[in-house]
Amino acid sequence: MSRGDAPRVGTRAFLLGGILVALLIAGVGSYYASSHPDGLEYVAESSGFLDTAEDSPTAGSPLADYGTAGVDNERVSVAIPGVVGTLLVLLVAGGIGFAVRRREGAEPAPGERSDAAAAGRG
Amino acid sequence: MHVPDGFLDAPISVATGAVAAAAVGLALRGARRELDDRTAPLAGLVAAFVFAAQMVNFPVGAGTSGHLMGGALAAVLVGPWTAVLCLAVVLLVQALLMADGGITALGTNISLIGIVTVVIGYGVFVLLRRLLPDRLESLPVAAALGAFVSVPAAAAVFTGLFAIGGQAPVDTGAVLVTMLGWHTLIGIGEALVTGLVVSAVVATRPDLVHGARSLVAARHQQLRETVTA
Repeated sequence: MSRGDAPRVGTRAFLLGGILVALLIAGVGSYYASSHPDGLEYVAESSGFLDTAEDSPTAGSPLADYGTAGVDNERVSVAIPGVVGTLLVLLVAGGIGFAVRRREGAEPAPGERSDAAAAGRG
Repeated sequence: MHVPDGFLDAPISVATGAVAAAAVGLALRGARRELDDRTAPLAGLVAAFVFAAQMVNFPVGAGTSGHLMGGALAAVLVGPWTAVLCLAVVLLVQALLMADGGITALGTNISLIGIVTVVIGYGVFVLLRRLLPDRLESLPVAAALGAFVSVPAAAAVFTGLFAIGGQAPVDTGAVLVTMLGWHTLIGIGEALVTGLVVSAVVATRPDLVHGARSLVAARHQQLRETVTA
């Protein structure tokens, strides 16, 4: 028997750990992000089409450009959109995942093999 | 790579909007094959991780930066259909709340960051799975190379759209060369992050990784035969 046959961490611990990592990256790590223009913006500027960019209709929103309106502390200002965005994306994408998933015990559609059956655990 | 409003004209924005809407519609059906009670929460986790990672621009030299796009990573972890949904949610939240990427450009951004990187990244991953040894250790390598290719691929498709519907009279040949150059460098960062994350998840819970399904299933089958023998 080779290594790694038994999962080392429970699913709940894995998910919570993953969420914690994402929150730390968005809430703390983002402060250390490079402020240089990204590849597209840089090319747009050097090629001479950056000035065709228009402000987004949401440019005035309180979390626009990953800063929080009215919060002067830079660490806090970027941490708020980081944490809010991460949790919102988690809920929306997780909600969609639950809505479209195969229900356990439901008959698999023709041509589909359920995970559990494929893994030999019925 | 988030495209702002104004770079591309209305016909291109409408066309990419239609492509994005159709792809999300198909993905809502396709994701059913990828998600069950056990893996559904992963859709949320992977999307949240991609959102977080996209906030952290890394420098790529000469005053330029890049960040993870995440299409290849998401496709390997949760499957390509679910990955399209994850990236669409990330891009929607970014456009609506953070003004990152335009509103009329949302379809373009979903097409580039949510579809092109998933299709190319996952396509290269599947191809390499056939060429590399059939074991878990091959997964991070295949995922990283898929991620690497996916970034210049998205840059090339953007340039194609810009050639048709760009709003400034510039030489698109020169744009293609510089876009490919910078995004090949950014692709190295994409490959490193993707390889590290896939390798961490494979080491912890290979049974949750979509791209490892056949391997994990075979291992269970082997185990079962050993037990019943």
